Amino acid sequence: MSTLTEAPPPLAPAAPEKKPPRRRGRFTPYWLLLPGILWLIVFFALPMLYQASTSVQQGSLEDGYKVTWHFATYWDALSAYWPQFLRSVFYAAAATVLCLLLGYPLAYLIAFRAGRWKNLIMILVIAPFFTSFLIRTLAWKTILADNGVVVHTLNSLHVLDLTNWLGWTAGDRVLATPLAVVCGLTYNFLPFMILPLYTSLERIDGRLHEAAGDLYAKPWTTFRKVTFPLSMPGVVSGTLLTFIPAAGDYVNAELLGSTDTRMIGNVIQTQFLRILDYPTAAALSFILMAAILAMVTFYIRRSGTEDLV
Amino acid sequence: MKTTPDNSGDVRLSGISKTYGSFTAVHPLDLTVPEGSFFALLGASGCGKTTTLRMIAGLEEPTTGTVRLGEQDVTHLPPYKRPVNTVFQSYALFPHLDIFENVAFGLRRRGIKSVKKQVEDMLELVQLGEQARKKPHQLSGGQQQRVAVARALINHPKVLLLDEPLGALDLKLRRQMQLELKRIQTEVGITFVHVTHDQEEAMTMADTVAVMNGGRVEQLGSPADLYENPRSTFVANFLGTSNLIEAEVDTKNGDDIVLKAGGGKLVLPEARCSAPTTAGGKVLVGIRPEKISLTHADDAGEIPDGRNRLTGTIADASFIGVSTQYVIDSPVCDELAVYVQNVERDGRLVPGADVVLHWSPAHTFGLDAAQSLLAGTVGSAGTEEEAAA
Repeated sequence: MSTLTEAPPPLAPAAPEKKPPRRRGRFTPYWLLLPGILWLIVFFALPMLYQASTSVQQGSLEDGYKVTWHFATYWDALSAYWPQFLRSVFYAAAATVLCLLLGYPLAYLIAFRAGRWKNLIMILVIAPFFTSFLIRTLAWKTILADNGVVVHTLNSLHVLDLTNWLGWTAGDRVLATPLAVVCGLTYNFLPFMILPLYTSLERIDGRLHEAAGDLYAKPWTTFRKVTFPLSMPGVVSGTLLTFIPAAGDYVNAELLGSTDTRMIGNVIQTQFLRILDYPTAAALSFILMAAILAMVTFYIRRSGTEDLV
Repeated sequence: MKTTPDNSGDVRLSGISKTYGSFTAVHPLDLTVPEGSFFALLGASGCGKTTTLRMIAGLEEPTTGTVRLGEQDVTHLPPYKRPVNTVFQSYALFPHLDIFENVAFGLRRRGIKSVKKQVEDMLELVQLGEQARKKPHQLSGGQQQRVAVARALINHPKVLLLDEPLGALDLKLRRQMQLELKRIQTEVGITFVHVTHDQEEAMTMADTVAVMNGGRVEQLGSPADLYENPRSTFVANFLGTSNLIEAEVDTKNGDDIVLKAGGGKLVLPEARCSAPTTAGGKVLVGIRPEKISLTHADDAGEIPDGRNRLTGTIADASFIGVSTQYVIDSPVCDELAVYVQNVERDGRLVPGADVVLHWSPAHTFGLDAAQSLLAGTVGSAGTEEEAAA
């Protein structure tokens, strides 16, 4: 018996070295990304850069604008329009809180109690999107009209006295008051609150409710200690999706408000399209963006939901 | 930690049933689980065992009947008012709370302020002291299972309900946790009601097992009693393997019944027969495979008198280490299973050999011949293997 100490020779002479097959598909991910990246560059990055440069330009329509690194525009814009900034934040915050108060029970109902009505209610929530934003807001003009049912009812219930006292309405009307603008904002952004809330509520395992009940938690305690904390991702994304567009909105203030309820969106729109003061308009846009970014960052940090989102 | 036996931990179900529309999940059922016992509800999926458990927990309202804990009628109490805690299938730990807070949940809900010591002791009991500040998803399945047990036990419930608590664990961990749970139960002395589809699990852990089938309790007793003296074909086949042979009642001889089967005679103690025994009536004779001895036909004369005998031919033999499992083709039954311990192996016992099967009449049991022979076997509705798959 011989022990095999040498590997047997190869059966056939090695074939002439073949080039490894070209690895197709190495660049495929990048090709797939290309349309999206191009879109972002053309419609987001370039306009942003353009606006940034506009905001530090000086000049006039007749003489043309030149980049002079005139950062004072920012300061001037802020000192001239800070009330509108504050008002925007306040209206958007009020609308967000109202959306949360209205939307949470509805989302809860759809997620846990609706049963076979679930899809129908969902469709009803989304249905307003089938109509134009403008049409819907104009409809509110009719709803809140001075001699409409709503105003009459509120008046006879003396609710308007209360809102007048609070400064939300003036006289016998709702239209052209802060209340009307906030109502419009709430209405228009409510679905953006309900959808994320529903998504995160729906994901909660029903057995967690049973487990909480089994561990001596009354229904309300179960909600406070289990359901609500677990729905925080939905609360955070819902409030962001409501607050951010609401703070920059100008349609509701334009159609339902008055000169006393102008939001920063209205100012920017006027600066761009009527006064044609492009640098100020661009500077206002950037201030709004920075302010929202700062508030959102602070909010996400505070709500401690980074690992939940 | 043992509570004094004032029967306040008894679970008494009387006439309890549950129907969903036209489907009856649990037929009216009477059951008493004595305080401090480890009680198992065993059955295939859909047999009503989990529904029964959920009615005790208060998570399902019974259609009829009452649930009492000791003397207290809790039938209409919501879960959060019952002195009962549940270990849920797949645990249902709160994902947003750490282990410490999960375990402290029940104490805090009852307004207990200083929970630290108790929680730490409980985590020690289930050997998770180190993991207190981790979130549930950071733990392994076995650790999560122990958290679920700790979270329930810390409340000192009168009764602990376990809903397939080991179902999500792999086999090795399951065996380990069975012993662990048994240890904890002995240590705290609380009544455990355990729902499982695993007959081995039920037999290893429980003092008393109730075998459920189709919304009814088929048989209730100690594991050994159920195994040695099953009273229905379902129990005979669901717990281990049984050979069932159709026979005809011939005569009665004192406490024994003499039966005719395939030309031969078999003896069955009357006390071990759950079927009516009128002369000429049919009875199913049952015998467990490991109770049967196998002797080569040439040595048939050496078999002591007074043992039940059958003749047959070895159809198949599989060697599995500790024992050899034979399949015997016999005139009374095509496929008799016989397990022989590998102590002294007879070289002649190979497929094709003629053999005599013999066993002590005391190991024989008798069942009503009106039932299906196959109830509770592999392949028939919801057996252990099927449910586990």
